Parts: sequence; C-alpha cells; structure tokens
Amino acid sequence: MSQPSLSEALCGVVRRDLLLAMRHRSDVAMSIFFVVIVASLFPLGVGPEAAVLRMIGPGVLWVTALLACLLSLGRLFTADYLDGVLEQTALIPQSLAVLVIGKVFAHWVISGLPVVLLSPLLGLQFGLGGDSLGVLTLSLLLGTPTLSMIGGIGAALTLGLRGSGLLVALLVLPLFVPVLIFGAGAVTSSMAGIGSEANLSLLGACFMLSLAFAPWATAVALRIALE
Amino acid sequence: MAINWFKYSSPQAFLPLAGRMIPWFSVAALASICVGLYIGFFVAPTDFQQGDSYRIIFVHVPAAWMSMFLYVVMAIWAGLGLGLNARPSFMMAQAIAPTGAMFTFLALLTGAMWGKPTWGAWWVWDARLTSELILLFQYIGIILLRASIDDLRRADRASAVLALVGVVNVPIIYFSVKWWNTLHQGASVTMTESKMATPMVAAMLIMMLGFWMYSFAVTLARMRCVILDRERQPSWSKHSSIHEVVEAR
Repeated sequence: MSQPSLSEALCGVVRRDLLLAMRHRSDVAMSIFFVVIVASLFPLGVGPEAAVLRMIGPGVLWVTALLACLLSLGRLFTADYLDGVLEQTALIPQSLAVLVIGKVFAHWVISGLPVVLLSPLLGLQFGLGGDSLGVLTLSLLLGTPTLSMIGGIGAALTLGLRGSGLLVALLVLPLFVPVLIFGAGAVTSSMAGIGSEANLSLLGACFMLSLAFAPWATAVALRIALE
Repeated sequence: MAINWFKYSSPQAFLPLAGRMIPWFSVAALASICVGLYIGFFVAPTDFQQGDSYRIIFVHVPAAWMSMFLYVVMAIWAGLGLGLNARPSFMMAQAIAPTGAMFTFLALLTGAMWGKPTWGAWWVWDARLTSELILLFQYIGIILLRASIDDLRRADRASAVLALVGVVNVPIIYFSVKWWNTLHQGASVTMTESKMATPMVAAMLIMMLGFWMYSFAVTLARMRCVILDRERQPSWSKHSSIHEVVEAR
C-alpha cells in the first residue's frame, strides 16, 4: 500500500469527520439550538428594553458562541480516542499537527459555522442593525476558527480524564478572552461609529497566531494522552 | 575545580542541598522584607498626590513582578522538562506554581486596596487588571490539570504544555499599559530610568529582593515535599529527616 500524501491524509480526516457529523445530525442540531435558546434567554432575563439589548447584544452573542464551541469540544477527540482511531491517526506517517488542523476545521464547520450563519438572525433579536450585523458576522467568521484551534489544545490535554468537561472549560475559557474582547469590541466600535478595522485586524492576528502554534501544541498534547 | 552541576539534577542529591539552602533564603527573605517595609513606611516621603495610600506600592509592584516572572520561570522549567525529558524540571515547575498563584492573588488584592482610595473603585475592567486576572486563572488551571491526572508522567507533561501555551499572556500583561491607554498607570520604574524618589525605589527593590528570597525558600521547601512524595519507594528517602512530616501529612 502506498503512503498517503499530506493533502490526501488531510482531506481524508476532514471528509471522515464531516461524514460522521452528517450521520449524527442531531448532534449538530443540538449546538445550533443551544445557541438560539441561550441567546433568547437574555432578553427574557434582562428585560425587553431595546437600548439595553442593543448595548449588551454583541457581548452576549459572542459569549454564546464561546459556550457553543466549548460544549462541542468534547466531541473533537473523545470518540476517536475511545475506539482507537486516534491512535491509528497518530501512526499516519504525516505531520500530526496538520491532521489536527483537519480535525479542528471539521469541528469548526460543525459547531462554529452554524453560529456564524445564524448570527445575523440572532443580532436582529438584540436590535442590531445594518452595518453592525455585518461586522458581527464577519467578526464571528474570523474569531470562531480561533476558538476551535485554542479549544483543541484543551480538548487534547483533558482527553479521557474524569470531569474533563468542567476542566476543559477552566483551561480554555481564560485563553478565549482576547478573542472575546476583540470580537465583541469590533461590533461595539462599529455601533459607536469609530470603525471596527482595528479590532478585526487583531482578530485576524489572533487567528494567524493560533494557526501557527495551536495545532502543534494540540499534537504534542495528543501524543502525551496516547502514551 | 569545576563543580559538577548535573549532580544536583538527581532528586537524591538535590534533597539535602535544598534542605541546607532553605534557612539561608528564609533569613534573607525576612531581613530584606523587614528593611524594605521599614524604608517604605518610615523613610520614604509621602506622595504629594496620593498621600500615604501609595505606600501599598511596596507590596503591590514587587508582587506583580513576581507573578509574571515566576510564570516565565515555571514555563522555562516546563519546557526544559519536555525538551530534555527530565523529571526534576517538572518537579520544579510543580513547586513554583502555587507560589506564583499566591503572588498573582496578592497583586490583585493589594491592587484593589490601592484602587479604592485612588480610583474610587475596588475593581475596574482595565487591560492590566484583566490580564493579571487571566494569569491567576492560568495558574489555577495548571494546578487543577495536574491534580486531576493520576498518571504522574502524563500530569507532568500535560501541565507543562498548558504552561507553555499560557506564556503568550505574559507580554500582554507587561505591555498592556503601553498598548491600551487605560486607567492603570504606566511603569514608574524601568531598567534605565525612574520617576520616583530614591528611598521609594530603594524600598521597592529591597522588597523585590525579599520576595525573591521568599520564593526560593518556599519553592525549595515544596520541592522537597514533592521529591519525597514521589520517591516514597527508594530506600534513600526513608533516611531523610523530613520523611516523617510527609508521612504524617
């Protein structure tokens, strides 16, 4: 049998994960409805005052996206770890870090992309209009892949531990903070009329930084977990 | 004569060495903290803007420095452990973490006590305060991750990876007062110049030295406990004088 090339291995990982997600469509639906329900709780809890909702909207939607990513992190490696696929993946004679990028990308398509696509609708719930809806979607599009990247590190570190769900939240949420600040800041500054370019650039920088380092750290953490 | 430093990379050789060094560092810590506090409270002049409330700076600034510095030191030990596959390095990282977390908490606490009279609020969501708070969360995360993994080898390596990932936060804290123009004042003392009266700087540097010595003493003491805790089986550790303490714990 010939060795798979790097791109073949990468495409194989992505295709397999997406196919598995399509076979468990309820999992994907769950994270979508989680976002919708949590975002709808805030107007009920805070009260339907339009000015207040517009003020807290960007932050609430960003925190919701953060939580949706966090809750789906358990699915990133656990099933593969339990049935041994992860060990086989680690044996593929290609860089594990690149394969991790494939898995994280598939995770983003399943958990992050739906939030990005839903965000204009959710933004309307909070009375965001015109430009700021566009900035919200753009900031989530730039920011949620970073969340999946960073989350991958936490998921790999806590693989197979007792109480790993809570632990991964404690490890990963502090690292999410810059993305949250810049993401929500982009929307807020566009609403204030001072332009969102600076915050969006910083989000892009976060993405590039996480793309450079997170897959490598995740691969190291996975090898530690598999020992 | 060349000293063979690698001799002390074995826990067996390090344990008595640490035991001999602890009293010296403890005395040095106590002495310099007393001198620093004396100069800070009785010699340093009163600030013309903030009155006497500024005097918490002599605890606040050294604690904040130590919180960042100890994180970097811990990450270096963690990286050495991963790179050289050396157990004592991981033990050092493990021994440093609680002290670092303590200094981070102390910096936040004294900051709040200082913020109330000068800013009128215990807490503001300023860039430096927020990033220091995140540093505390990172310390706690590292300690908790280690505590929740039963396999020692995996606990060492996993918390080392987490410590290295968290290093990105340290420059953010350090430069936060430059990058974002927020409420927290900029650095009063840098390597090249100082904006403070000489006794103030002297008190701060002496307190800094005292905190350093304290960190050495406490880390070494904790290191001894970690070594004895991990090496319960080998017969050499049975002869150690503090073995009974660990057994009783």
